[in-house]
Amino acid sequence: MRSRARSWLALPLLLALGLAGCASDSGGGVQSGKMATIKARGKLICGVDGSLPGFSFVGPDGSYSGLDVDVCKAMAAALFGDPTKVEYRNLNSSERFAALASGEVDLLSRNTTMTLSRDAAGGNGLSFAPPTFYDGQGVMAPIASGIKTLKDLAGKPICVESGTTTELNLADRMREQSIPYTPLKFQTGDQTYAAYLQGRCVAVTSDRSQLAGKRSSFPNPDAHSLLPDVMSKEPLTPATVNGDPVWADAVRWTVNALFQAEELGISKASIAAKLAEAKANPNQADLRRFLGVEGEFGKQLGLPADFVPKIIGAVGHYGEIFDRNVGPGSRLKLDRGVNKQWKDGGLIYSPPFR
Amino acid sequence: MPWWRNRVVLPWVIQAAVALTVLVLIAFLLGNLIRNLTAAGLLLSWNWLGQPAGFDIAETLLPFDASQPYWRGLAAGLVNTLRVVLAGLVGSTLLGTLLGMASFSSNGLLRGLTRAYVEIVRNIPLLLQLVFWYFVVFLSLPNGTAAIQLPGVVLAKSGLYLAWFGEGLRWLGPYLVNGVWQAPLRLSVEFGALLTGLVAYSAAFIAEVVRGGIAAVAKGQWEAASSLGLSWFQTLRQVVLPQALRVIVPGLNTQYISLAKNSALAVAVGYTDLYSVAETTLNQTGRAVEVVLLLLAAYLVLDLFISLVMNGLNRLVQIRER
Amino acid sequence: MNPLLRRLRQDLFATPADSLLSIALLAILASGSTAFLHWAFSRAQWAVIQANSTLFALGRYPIEQQWRLWLLTALLAAAAGIGWGMLRSHPRTDRSGRLWPANDRIAALLLLLSLALPWALGLALPIQLRWWALSGLLLLLRWLAGRFGPGLPPALKRLLPLGLPLLYLIGMLLIGGGLGLAPVPPSEWGGLLLTLLQASFAILLCFPLGVLLALGRRSDLPLLRWGSVIYIEFIRGAPLITLLFLGQNMLGFLLPGGMAPERVWRAAWVLTLFAAAYLAEAVRSGLAAVPRGQVEAARSLGLSLPQAFSTVVLPQALRVALPSMVGQFISLLQDTTLLSLIGLMELLGTARTVMANPAFLGKNAEVYLTLAVLFWCCCAALGLGSRALERRLDPAAVVRSG
Repeated sequence: MRSRARSWLALPLLLALGLAGCASDSGGGVQSGKMATIKARGKLICGVDGSLPGFSFVGPDGSYSGLDVDVCKAMAAALFGDPTKVEYRNLNSSERFAALASGEVDLLSRNTTMTLSRDAAGGNGLSFAPPTFYDGQGVMAPIASGIKTLKDLAGKPICVESGTTTELNLADRMREQSIPYTPLKFQTGDQTYAAYLQGRCVAVTSDRSQLAGKRSSFPNPDAHSLLPDVMSKEPLTPATVNGDPVWADAVRWTVNALFQAEELGISKASIAAKLAEAKANPNQADLRRFLGVEGEFGKQLGLPADFVPKIIGAVGHYGEIFDRNVGPGSRLKLDRGVNKQWKDGGLIYSPPFR
Repeated sequence: MPWWRNRVVLPWVIQAAVALTVLVLIAFLLGNLIRNLTAAGLLLSWNWLGQPAGFDIAETLLPFDASQPYWRGLAAGLVNTLRVVLAGLVGSTLLGTLLGMASFSSNGLLRGLTRAYVEIVRNIPLLLQLVFWYFVVFLSLPNGTAAIQLPGVVLAKSGLYLAWFGEGLRWLGPYLVNGVWQAPLRLSVEFGALLTGLVAYSAAFIAEVVRGGIAAVAKGQWEAASSLGLSWFQTLRQVVLPQALRVIVPGLNTQYISLAKNSALAVAVGYTDLYSVAETTLNQTGRAVEVVLLLLAAYLVLDLFISLVMNGLNRLVQIRER
Repeated sequence: MNPLLRRLRQDLFATPADSLLSIALLAILASGSTAFLHWAFSRAQWAVIQANSTLFALGRYPIEQQWRLWLLTALLAAAAGIGWGMLRSHPRTDRSGRLWPANDRIAALLLLLSLALPWALGLALPIQLRWWALSGLLLLLRWLAGRFGPGLPPALKRLLPLGLPLLYLIGMLLIGGGLGLAPVPPSEWGGLLLTLLQASFAILLCFPLGVLLALGRRSDLPLLRWGSVIYIEFIRGAPLITLLFLGQNMLGFLLPGGMAPERVWRAAWVLTLFAAAYLAEAVRSGLAAVPRGQVEAARSLGLSLPQAFSTVVLPQALRVALPSMVGQFISLLQDTTLLSLIGLMELLGTARTVMANPAFLGKNAEVYLTLAVLFWCCCAALGLGSRALERRLDPAAVVRSG
């Protein structure tokens, strides 16, 4: 009886599969109104990692902090003038895009690499803001293991988080150099590093910043080293869902505002003075426009006119965010590297606010 | 007579109402699905199955590398699932039958221990048991010369090494080369942990099925057999079990199917089964609906297959009984 | 000879083979348990449980609102005490007059053991005191209900079960906030709280759904029957993890934008719909055990078909199905651990984040063992309760005593 019922059941399913196969790709209309949804809700829902020191981490008191988290706070400040109006969702790497696509989170600020296939409408169909951290993929191994280069990893198990670009880059690099290896994949970063620390794999691969962040939380950080090989470019970028240009623009220019503020030397401490200066001096046209004293940039983006002062007042400029979370002021102690302002030879560059 | 009392009309009215509700619900869901997918540019298509996957899989029976297409990766995942399910079926049946038989032992201590095992294992979630086996037991295994060496088997963190036929059908045990174990047959600890967890868990349930089957055989059969001079084990094997199978086989069917479904928890211990590959695929392609449909279809077919085999076996057992 | 010794000899040393087996098993048992005890008392570091006990119990639930959960626990303890006492004191089951029958002694022993739990874990003194007070309340009410329950007017006794849904509503209100209480969003529920909440929600709601599905599957109306069959077999054919995956990843597509529920609720609904299919099968086997004649007899007494089903057939079917239904509830409770795989912070999910904390890296064994004991106790308690209820509903007992 049961088997007959089941075979009946398999029929519609196969039928659905077949029908679905016949359905052709066709273009769709633009859906808008994310911004309206968020404003009506009164808070931003931000997808973060939640267990990555420096980027997003839950403190013992249950509060979130990190570079990715500060982007969420900046966005909330831009929308509501209040950086606390954010609800954070911890997402693992395998569920993050589905969470964004189905509208469960408004903004994905979760050390996500911008790639063509993730951006393209025919791929994951995301919409990317400017990268907030230029990273590269690295490999970490215990110093005692004597592993110095990728070649030393031949035939060895390597731990990697599944569903990441890391996993794909690892496959590519190893294939290029014809190095056989065993990828041990885990669903979450926690499990990946747990397996590494328990010695199941001789190395773990991820973005170099993430490796440094995790290493800083190990019981004996000095026993592990990052190999010199950089396997890939990993521009970590906040993302929104495709098909809502209004919302995507608001996110893009919120991030740009962080960059521009650093370039103009407007910090959390100096924002009040700068704002007063801009208001007092009609000749400071650039500053006045940037801080929303004149012009209607805010309105054009669907944000309040003074969204920039609100952002900077809440989280400071990009340089401050970097220093506080991953730079010298943090446990990670990462170098600015390519994440310097373009004037200093880095890649952080905001298009003009005009 | 009003229509709501009419016993010919009423059933059809009820059915029409239920069918209409269900259809409206389905139309509503499908309409949303198509609209939302169109908006996201993700309308159903299967072309991506032929694209190169770009990720590797650690241990595969079906050879697979990153340059091969997604469907091949999913197939390799399915083969890995089948592998652990098949091994799990054999292992849990053996252990479960032994435990079920032991619960009728004349030794009170053995009976008590069997009971305790079943009560402990059945009341602890499988997922918890799996992560326990993996992170606590298997990842604590030593490596190299310190590895646990049993006759024909070596348990190390780098894998489980088994004796098997080497070249020229020569029986070959595990041996150590430069501090690294080699053997004709090597299983990963991920596979080992998953298999151990599944077998330990399912065996407790199968033991109950077997116990129920044996208990269903009339007591007189035991007495008659022992009066013929058969030992306890002989009675069980030659008289009781063949009759008990009649009751046991349908129960086993249920347990086998749940074992097959439980194998999807492999993802928690880093074993790359069908579900794990599907999750990675979804992540790389964003094709949520297609991947979910494939997953559901695959497990349904697997269950169906197990049911068919067990139903066949059931018929066999029933005929033999007369 | 001493009867205990005789029993031992009969059980363990009846034949030479048995003796050998017993000695071998005893040796294994002894070495295993000494190794375990050695580990538990000298090598294991239980600080990971002590330091994170609140996280395990409640997740990120705001500290200033935790009094609400204590209040809820007190209400639950009271309800459990009254329920236990009423069940025991019912004149039909136990006419021996003993207030503490043998089976209850085991339950009371378990309760006493759980009394020692906060002390063993080294929790703060206020928590220990509250814990003891709650246990005292439970036992006191059990005694009171057992002693005076039978004397209550029957109308009041019939009203008592209605308190349970009311209690659930109050509980939800206390947990989630509203009506003047500060709201606590579901994303901040976690640990044991979330586990129990998910399990109880699914258990409560899958019950009516499952009964409807079972009736549908046995219905003479072909559309209803096939609809139920397709639903039941579809759900039973899929691993729960794929359904949860479907719920998390596809529900957003299936509903109009923004209508998809919070993901805690999404998981709760998936669990409910999943459990309903299994429960339907349990109820169906119960329905099959009720003879057809029962319906006919009820009809000939002038009852309508729905009346016949609800007052004659269903009560009998549910009694037969009770053990397998409770079995389903137990596995449902265990299945909540799968929520950790979709990123929810129930007990196992909390355990994962705790073990990612640098201070507690590698404390897997301590954490997993604690969770195992916790789950075992919950499931065993459910099993015990089910067996008590079974005896209480046993018609043979009714006939014997009444």
